[in-house]
Amino acid sequence: MKTAKKLFFLFACVSLFYACKNENQEASSENSVADTEVKEPADNKGQAFITDDQGTPNCLQIAISSPDHKTLVAAVQAAQVENALVNVGPLTVFAPTDAAFAALPAGTVENLLKPENKDVLANILKYHVTPGNLNTSILTKLPKLGQANNQYVDIEIVDGKPMIGGANILISIRAGNGIVHVIDKVLLPPPPTGESE
Amino acid sequence: MKNIIKSVVAMVTVFIAFTSCNNASKSNSKSGALASNIAEKVYVAPGEYDEFYAFLSGGYSGNLTVYGLPSGRMFKEIPVFSQFPTSGYGYSEETKPMLNTSHGFIPWGDSHHPDISQTNGEIDGRFIFINENNTPRIAKIDLKTFETTEIIEVPNSAGNHSSSFVTENTEYVVAGTRFSVPIPQRDMPIKDYKGNFKGALSFISVAPETGDMAIKFQVLMPGFNYDLSHPGRGKSHGWFFFTTYNTEEANTLLEVNASQNDKDFIAAINWKKIEEYVNNGGGTMMPTDYAHNVYDEHTHTATSTMIKEVRVVNPSEVPGAVFFLPTPKSPHGCDVDPSGEYIVGNGKLSANLTVHSFTKMLAAIEGKKFAGEAYGIPILNFEDVLAGVVNQPGLGPLHTEFDDKGNAYTTFFISSEVVKWKLGTWEVIDRKPTYYSVGHLTIPGGNSRKPQGKYMFAMNKITKDRYLPTGPEMEHSAQLYDISGEKMELLLDFPTHGEPHYAAAMRADIIKENSQKIYNLADNKHPYAAKSDGDTKVVRDGSNVHIYMTTIRSHFSPDNIEGIKLGDKVYFHVTNLEQDFDVPHGFAVLGQNTSELLIMPGQTKTSVWEPTKVGVWPFYCTDFCSALHQEMQGYIRVSPANSDTPIKWSMGEDIE
Repeated sequence: MKTAKKLFFLFACVSLFYACKNENQEASSENSVADTEVKEPADNKGQAFITDDQGTPNCLQIAISSPDHKTLVAAVQAAQVENALVNVGPLTVFAPTDAAFAALPAGTVENLLKPENKDVLANILKYHVTPGNLNTSILTKLPKLGQANNQYVDIEIVDGKPMIGGANILISIRAGNGIVHVIDKVLLPPPPTGESE
Repeated sequence: MKNIIKSVVAMVTVFIAFTSCNNASKSNSKSGALASNIAEKVYVAPGEYDEFYAFLSGGYSGNLTVYGLPSGRMFKEIPVFSQFPTSGYGYSEETKPMLNTSHGFIPWGDSHHPDISQTNGEIDGRFIFINENNTPRIAKIDLKTFETTEIIEVPNSAGNHSSSFVTENTEYVVAGTRFSVPIPQRDMPIKDYKGNFKGALSFISVAPETGDMAIKFQVLMPGFNYDLSHPGRGKSHGWFFFTTYNTEEANTLLEVNASQNDKDFIAAINWKKIEEYVNNGGGTMMPTDYAHNVYDEHTHTATSTMIKEVRVVNPSEVPGAVFFLPTPKSPHGCDVDPSGEYIVGNGKLSANLTVHSFTKMLAAIEGKKFAGEAYGIPILNFEDVLAGVVNQPGLGPLHTEFDDKGNAYTTFFISSEVVKWKLGTWEVIDRKPTYYSVGHLTIPGGNSRKPQGKYMFAMNKITKDRYLPTGPEMEHSAQLYDISGEKMELLLDFPTHGEPHYAAAMRADIIKENSQKIYNLADNKHPYAAKSDGDTKVVRDGSNVHIYMTTIRSHFSPDNIEGIKLGDKVYFHVTNLEQDFDVPHGFAVLGQNTSELLIMPGQTKTSVWEPTKVGVWPFYCTDFCSALHQEMQGYIRVSPANSDTPIKWSMGEDIE
């Protein structure tokens, strides 16, 4: 639980950081971490924030509701790519488990969650997203995937199952806007060929 | 488990708090000076006019809608490819031929890309063209009357999507096929697609004076998918550019199989060169079958002519006329900047925008620097033609438009945003979210040498929570942005009708001045017109009965009709005698199994009625025309088939 607490703390800091960026934001927002009664503002902010309990959960909602993807969700929020995961897509999202993130060298996740590393983090996360709705059997037929960060990840077939950039697919969950494949390894993009934004 | 639930709840809470912080400034800004300033920017006072017309395609409604900007008010829906009960378009005898095709009468269409006619590279407001994607057709709408006056079917095409874009003197309206097909169509195994199917790019000439359309030639290209296109302009006038995808030539599960190549192509077509070849007798007349439907505004009647051949040209016949420019990952939008130098290919599965240089392209062609060929068509080197790359501006780039200050605006479907970037330096200047999943965007005067700037609007595919909910189906949303400053400013959300696939927009002045108010009754050459109450009559011709009827405030003439028998086909030919702006009359009869009619002043329109029951049935005016509108009614008596009730009619006195 300690790691999670740490994450919450980091996250709260991130929230505050952004709150500070908004001039109109009142100081009271620092209470919001503890305040379970916080209401959505009246304004629209994107599809990530629409209440819909009728449809199949989308890729983001699946990640949020998963007990094994706390780090991923925190990362998605820190990188502000939520709206990219709730889009009509279709999207194929490779979702590394908390254990996969934990297997990274010590301090890596904490470092990536820092606001100044937002772009690096966003690039890594986009490397986990493929435009298209690709189930496991389709994945076995493809040599590589063009990812949302504009780089490719290779697919290798081991024992008839696709390994994505060296990661095993643990389970696949159909999403309202595509499919989530839970993987056991964080995919790290090769050094970028082009300049990042 | 409890802990996990707790932690999830806490995470979500943090998440909400986080997002609320992030957006608080936006909601707070709703009150105060800024908000009222935005309101003023879109407020058009009662009785005042909008500054711009916007013509939004209706997508699967098959129609075209007319809006005002900046107010976002809808003025009219123009029926084009679909039957339209509001006016009787496609139901009335005069307009049914407009929907004729080689596949028979097609009562609907899927309209996509409107484009306004041009003179010297500037939009001139004479005509607007729009394509039908499903049963390939191109329509012309006359902006004097806002009526569809011509529809030409496009043979050898399927999924008429890279259409209907006009060259800078409206020499041609161009229609490319999205789906390649066997040419000529034949019974063959689908699996033999590769190498056997072809993609036809059709160049439809437009007569300078009349605007009459004719298919001049079709270029038969390899069996790729030709997705979008734009003409060259200025220095690149004479060329046309088409994006392609599925250069893999897959015929199943394209969502995967058409995304395997790192690069597809932009096809560059030197149409002037092919035109010259064709003018000298080049190309082959190929047997085919397509409809050409023309509406005559004097007879108020459309005629449909079937044409039996089309001229086709294989690229190999005209060396130096067709080239491929490699472009990353299934490029969708194919947009040419106002100078004609830059050709933007938006690889929808790429995160980057690729911009090609026309000058470099010419140099590479000149130097014969080819990377290879595809079906005999030279492929240029990517690096040789590349002008620049806009690096990772967003996810899912689709379309680009330009302002008059050297900036480009690109929509990103997946990341739901419009990104403004600078031509030449390729730097991103600004980005604004759209709500949600934006397809096309439009800047008034787009697709011309002189964009008119000031506003840009984004047309979205997904609406979700933008308006009060209306069940599972929502009208698509559009957002209007002020682009006069360095940063874009969101001004207005407005709902659209059907699918606003793409739009054309222009300053209102030219169109406004030319807009016609009535049809001159004296010019009415309809064969069944009754130009005065004295001309009215009822004529039996076997089991067909023709009623020459007039309308004027507030009566029909005749308004008592007898002698109709079951089994008769009754033609109500209704002439509106009014010569007063905006005083149409309607016509409806109980049990009318087509549609009501809406007849403009000076027009004649015909509705066929096949009564199914004996009785005395009322007819009335459906358009609230006058203070005595409710009195504008009549009766028609239907007798049994074997009766001998004579044909008689009257107005103002009883039938004796």
